[in-house]
Amino acid sequence: MPELLELSGLDAHYGDFQALYGLDMTVREGEVIAIIGANGAGKTTLMRSISGLLKNRSEDVRYKGQPIGALRADQVAELGIALVPEGRQLFPSLSVEENLLIGGKVGREGHWSLRAVYDLFPILEERKRQASTSLSGGQQQMVAIGRALMANPDLILFDEISLGLAPVVIRQIYDALPGIVGQGMTAMIVEQDITKALSVSSRVYCLQEGRISLEGATGEVSHEDITAAYFGMDT
Amino acid sequence: MIEWTGVIVQGVLLGGLYALFAAGLSLIFGVMRLVNIAHGDLIILAAYMGLTTTVMLGVHPFLALLIVMPVMAGLGYVLQRGILNQTLGDDILPPLLVTFGLSVIIQNALLETYTADPRKLDGGGIEVASIDLGGLAIGVLPLMTFLIAVAVIAGLQFVFYRTALGRGFRAVSDNQDIAQLMGLNKAHVFGLAMALALAVVAIAGILLGMRTSFDPAIGGGRLIFGFEAVIIGGLGNLWGTLAGGVILGVAQTIGAKIDPGFQILAGHIAFLIVLAVRPNGLFPRVDH
Repeated sequence: MPELLELSGLDAHYGDFQALYGLDMTVREGEVIAIIGANGAGKTTLMRSISGLLKNRSEDVRYKGQPIGALRADQVAELGIALVPEGRQLFPSLSVEENLLIGGKVGREGHWSLRAVYDLFPILEERKRQASTSLSGGQQQMVAIGRALMANPDLILFDEISLGLAPVVIRQIYDALPGIVGQGMTAMIVEQDITKALSVSSRVYCLQEGRISLEGATGEVSHEDITAAYFGMDT
Repeated sequence: MIEWTGVIVQGVLLGGLYALFAAGLSLIFGVMRLVNIAHGDLIILAAYMGLTTTVMLGVHPFLALLIVMPVMAGLGYVLQRGILNQTLGDDILPPLLVTFGLSVIIQNALLETYTADPRKLDGGGIEVASIDLGGLAIGVLPLMTFLIAVAVIAGLQFVFYRTALGRGFRAVSDNQDIAQLMGLNKAHVFGLAMALALAVVAIAGILLGMRTSFDPAIGGGRLIFGFEAVIIGGLGNLWGTLAGGVILGVAQTIGAKIDPGFQILAGHIAFLIVLAVRPNGLFPRVDH
């Protein structure tokens, strides 16, 4: 499988504070990668760096062979990377349908359209005229996912999509994932819920204090490995 | 009685002009939280552009709009992308200072170019024409101004809530980072918002220039009227801005009726009363 995304020695800073230290990572087409790690390990920073919300050295992030580290987020979006941001972050002044439509703004061709999103999450069609903030947390997360899908990305990044949701809702969201990545889309899933993340992914990276502490195929890493990598303890 | 009805009607129609002053301010603030101190001077700049166009081409001021509107819109885009975007950030002070400087520059450039003599746009007689409604004389120009204001606000409302461009404006206004993730380049979106605002400024400037004489120094006063209309109506509500303009206009004409020297003060007093009673304006935007 060809490499879709390649990080080489990615450093990320917030002012004087360094959040990521020389990350090397490879994502191949069609893979589902889980990114796990404790709070403050740098997972969201990683998402912000890939999506262009955080500027990096151009060469640090390569997408389809092209250096994209220094591009703006809108340019990265047009190349086919979409982010479902942590905390959903819908546009409050826009209705449900308008939130989805604005996701399609980049105008890339593909499987996903309003119709396809409504087929995936039928409840959204019933609520399409409502203000996005009037929905429940789970429904808002569906809008956030649908909004990212509308861009027909080649690579979709999910940042903590289960955060703050009830278990039954989380199951509903995760049940929808195979229907998404089944379309040949490559995905990176950031999760604190390790079991959930591992259940849908083929490979896993564990971050700890801005560095990769573990990497491997989901089936091959043991619980002990993960515990050690997650908490940074030698057991 | 009919005398006072006339005063009120005049005030309402005057409010249309103030709403046009305010609409651009409201739009810019709504989309990018930019308070444009140079707004009034841009209105006067548009009036002078109208003057040059009408004198050079010998056309009616309304026809001059065909040139002044696109030129002002283009100027708005370049101004936003070239200068104002650089001032936007977490701190609200830089845009205030830069637009204040811009205001000084525009005033002085106009003074150098056109001198301080009061000028006026020749509307070909419509300034003095009136229609008689049962003893009540209504000026044609004020009536047209009001109708244009309603049309402009309806148009802006349509753009904001029914088009992809407006969706982009609202999205960027809500959350700049996430809007950027959706492929919206905020620098460009802000440029378009300023272009739209200055197109409205062009209309306001031409109508102002036909209604009264103008000189390079009066921009500040128009800015205040625009601000007052926005605040009275409630921030972020375009129809509220029209209502704010009308309230300000009526207060001024009533004041002028009591005593001609009382006109401007009466408007400010009405503004202060609204600000004291309803600090968010009469029709603040309802956030979902």
